[in-house]
Amino acid sequence: MSRFLGITVLAAVCLVFAGALMITVWQIAGTQAPVDLPGLLADNLEASGVEHPITAVLLNFRSYDTLLEIGVLVIAGIAGISMANTASLEDPELRTSDSLLYALQRWFVPLMLVLAGYLLWAGSDRPGGAFQAGAVLAASGVMMRLGGIPMEFLRPGVLLRLGLALGFSVFLLVAVVSAMAGDAFLAYPDAFTKPLILIIETVLTFSIAMVLLALFVSAPVNGAEEPEEGESG
Amino acid sequence: MTPSLLYAFAGVALCGIGLFGFLRLQHLLRKLMAFNLIGSGVFLVMVGLAQRNGQPDPVPQALVLTGIVVAIAATALAVVLIRRYYHLSGQTTLAEPAAKSARPKARSVNREGAPE
Amino acid sequence: MTEWLLDGLLVLALLTTAVAVLASRNLFRAVVMFIAFGLLMALAWVRLQAPDIALAEAAIGAGLTGVLLLDAARHLGYNRGRAGDGDDQGGASG
Repeated sequence: MSRFLGITVLAAVCLVFAGALMITVWQIAGTQAPVDLPGLLADNLEASGVEHPITAVLLNFRSYDTLLEIGVLVIAGIAGISMANTASLEDPELRTSDSLLYALQRWFVPLMLVLAGYLLWAGSDRPGGAFQAGAVLAASGVMMRLGGIPMEFLRPGVLLRLGLALGFSVFLLVAVVSAMAGDAFLAYPDAFTKPLILIIETVLTFSIAMVLLALFVSAPVNGAEEPEEGESG
Repeated sequence: MTPSLLYAFAGVALCGIGLFGFLRLQHLLRKLMAFNLIGSGVFLVMVGLAQRNGQPDPVPQALVLTGIVVAIAATALAVVLIRRYYHLSGQTTLAEPAAKSARPKARSVNREGAPE
Repeated sequence: MTEWLLDGLLVLALLTTAVAVLASRNLFRAVVMFIAFGLLMALAWVRLQAPDIALAEAAIGAGLTGVLLLDAARHLGYNRGRAGDGDDQGGASG
């Protein structure tokens, strides 16, 4: 009975919360926005070096957010890796003998790599960019992992560290150099805006893919040590 | 009332549903999914509310894009932590060990004692 | 009018899958519902004129999160079923 009462109280609390949020949203919807952000953005898009407004916001107008975001990702990746022990990286159980998966993989992995490259390139004037490309790259890595293709670069070592830190450090380097050159922190010099954004996007793609892949790969290791796995396998 | 505003309200409803699930459910993986539902609701509110007059607004869209990537990284880290926790304690909930059956606990103790 | 219908149905489907994620007794089923929810979210972003987020959500919400959670559900739910008190397997038909 007390269990039922608890659920009722919980549901009531959540309903009150959602109702209050609903009223707030309704009131905000009735007011006028104090600044016209899309208008401001459209006026300044010329100066950003890229034609796609979202890429411009991510890597130029609000690049501070993106810098901190890749920092958060790197920290999450390091935390995830330190939680795992990578001894079973080439787990024989993961090496598939499924010929269909193997055949599919031979077609899909190169296709996905090309797709990731396209998404990265498309980011300058169409929907696309570092985040989507990084996600696709990580997904193809996950697919390779599930198919049992050994990926030496995920061992703790120079390559893993380099891949994790590359995006953040290049981004930070650009920011600090521009600050030392007399401009504001993270203000790109006018002449190099587009190449700099392109370089940062490329390294960001690699780092995002690396972090997501490392977090995925570090997860199954604990499970692989379970005695049940060996019995059932 | 525009379609965008409808999505903002859907986001509010998602926040409510997710909050209920997050507080009510015991299984850690389910808690994680409920937490992700709350996150999706917040993203919908942000973009839907900013575009209430029907014009696309790239600034909140870019922020939400960043948020989604951070959310997947946080989810992956949480999955690693949940697995580690399961490996060490043998349970999938945060309940007191006495409330659960003692067998998985004892088994995990044995495993911890085994040489690496 | 058609657009309102589309938006309304999409929102309804979003909320239904969200409830299904939390309410299904079977963990595997909950994860599959969560993947479906991610796909519907991608559609919602398209309706909100945010193709960038839709791309990211389709790759992340449906692809990566799905694999991650399915993998975790197999490891956590499987051993729980073996331990004897697993109602996860019992709810498969419901």
